Amino acid sequence: MKILCAVKRVEDPDQKIKVKPDGSGIVLEGMNYKPNPYDEIAVEEALRLKEKQGGGEIVVVSVGDDSFVTEMRHALAMGADRGILVKVSSPTDSDGAARLLAKVVEKEQPDLVIVGRQAVDDDQAQTGQLLAEYLGWGQATFAAKVESLESAEEKSKTPGLQIEGGKVKVIREVDGGLEFVDVELPAVVTTELRLNLPRYASLPGIMKAKRKTIEELDAASLGVDITPKVKVRSLSSPPARKGGIKVPDVATLIDKLKNEAKVI
Amino acid sequence: MDFQLSTEQIALRDTARKFAREEMAPVAKAYDQTGEFPLDVIAKGFELGLMNMTLPVELGGLGLSHFEQALVVEELAGGCAGISTSMIANDLALLPILIGGSPEQKERLVKPFSEKLRFASFGLTEPGAGSDVAGLATTAVRDGDHYVLNGSKMWITNGGHADQFTIFATVDKKAGRKGITCFVVEGRPEGLTSGHHEDKLGQRASNTVSLTLENVRVPVANRIGEEGQGWQIAMATLDNSRPLTAMLAVGIGQAALEHSIAYAKERKQFGQPIAAFQGIQFMIADMATELHAARLLSYEAAAQLDAGQRNTLVSSYAKRFAADTAMKVCTDAVQIFGGYGYSKEYPVEKLFRDVKLIQIYEGTSQIQRLVIARELLKA
Repeated sequence: MKILCAVKRVEDPDQKIKVKPDGSGIVLEGMNYKPNPYDEIAVEEALRLKEKQGGGEIVVVSVGDDSFVTEMRHALAMGADRGILVKVSSPTDSDGAARLLAKVVEKEQPDLVIVGRQAVDDDQAQTGQLLAEYLGWGQATFAAKVESLESAEEKSKTPGLQIEGGKVKVIREVDGGLEFVDVELPAVVTTELRLNLPRYASLPGIMKAKRKTIEELDAASLGVDITPKVKVRSLSSPPARKGGIKVPDVATLIDKLKNEAKVI
Repeated sequence: MDFQLSTEQIALRDTARKFAREEMAPVAKAYDQTGEFPLDVIAKGFELGLMNMTLPVELGGLGLSHFEQALVVEELAGGCAGISTSMIANDLALLPILIGGSPEQKERLVKPFSEKLRFASFGLTEPGAGSDVAGLATTAVRDGDHYVLNGSKMWITNGGHADQFTIFATVDKKAGRKGITCFVVEGRPEGLTSGHHEDKLGQRASNTVSLTLENVRVPVANRIGEEGQGWQIAMATLDNSRPLTAMLAVGIGQAALEHSIAYAKERKQFGQPIAAFQGIQFMIADMATELHAARLLSYEAAAQLDAGQRNTLVSSYAKRFAADTAMKVCTDAVQIFGGYGYSKEYPVEKLFRDVKLIQIYEGTSQIQRLVIARELLKA
């Protein structure tokens, strides 16, 4: 089985993000980057499926510039087999990324595409859905699993997705519960946080990844229009949180919640 | 020297950092309190390739450079210095074989350690021979195709869990250094016993025992190098390991610095964070500057090894400076934390205890100065 995963390079969310004074973007100087955590989960799931089936190929794809190679190497060090970097001169929006990924999928013909539900940089959560639409494939978003991430199943690295009779069985996290769906292959699956705990890139894995190939494709050669349809007009920091107040008793608290905050 | 790390080097460091934060730091306090051997953590580290990093590829290792190993060890030390010491103890025990052993010995006595998690211990120090290594009293007497070893060894890291021991003994006490010979004891043969786990000030998770050798028979095939070559092998081993112990110190100091910065920004006195006071700022500035100098010295000592150069002088600079600097940094960290720094509830108290050992083991800071002076003053 051939599985394609998309990996995006994102600003490390654990650092302090500052908006530029003119609101045109964020300050990139001194920024640390990491692979999008949802995409790491996608790669982990692909690895588990491959291990369960005893074979197959995992291709990781990024849409970005040369710097994305670092995050692609991370996915290769986790165990993916090879990479494809679709080179763009400026960042795309979700639609542009989905259109480029669709071209790569047409070329690679994978049985399954697994991508993170969203990237933690701009939290759009659209690429997977758009990709399925452009391909005309079925999709299952927000894949999770029933067992907790502390469970024995998780520790034994059991995949949450199941491949059976030309279908992928997916447990979707939805409001108020779980939805069990079967999607015909080929399909697009997007991953929720509660699907798995991604493995470390081991030191032998890192050394092996050095020798794995990353093919470069020029976005312009793929013949799709990736002009951004979404224009970011300005960014601003959330207003600073005002300090709380102390209330003398429960009655005052209830009163304030009811009459001032109007939440009860 | 090139200070730019490659993509792989950054990745190695990131994996080590993640492991230190997620697997070591959360359990460090518990292991520190109980002094139990952190086998589960070490086993996970082994699976990730965080042990035996510099073993050559043909012996099943990763063939990483000493510089790369130094990057990894700094991160691990920030998680728990005790667990880190136990994780790098195999390197110290296997180095004499890599330095002085035959290809057959390397295949037989080193390679198995890359295949399965096992522990080997380095046995040089004795109850009566610490800094005065040449005064060691463990004897080796030839008996046919065997040697018979008698004596005792002290402060043996992982000695309670090891099943291979690199033992330095003398074949001729009168010959001094020239009688010292290196042997490998396989398994835990009759006559080899280990004492109880020492109740130490710091690095308490690292297993430390005494060893007694009573008529332990070692085949001649397990003698590393010739009779009388043990001293040179031991010294070359320590040249190799000093950059690592130096990086352990830097890693502990770095953790202390990071805790100090976070705490100074958070702790308020006189109506403002203590980080706003120049007295605290100067302490933090000095801690960071001196630690970075120690880091760069350690890098150079490791890089010299990678270039195949003799690194006795620079590695002694590094070990001495890093250990003393990190001790000072951790002392200042406790000071910045004030009363909280003296409490086991806060992390710097452990770092302060852990780092002290690095001024002592693998050559005290005073011995490093002697080595440095000898190198500088020799004709």
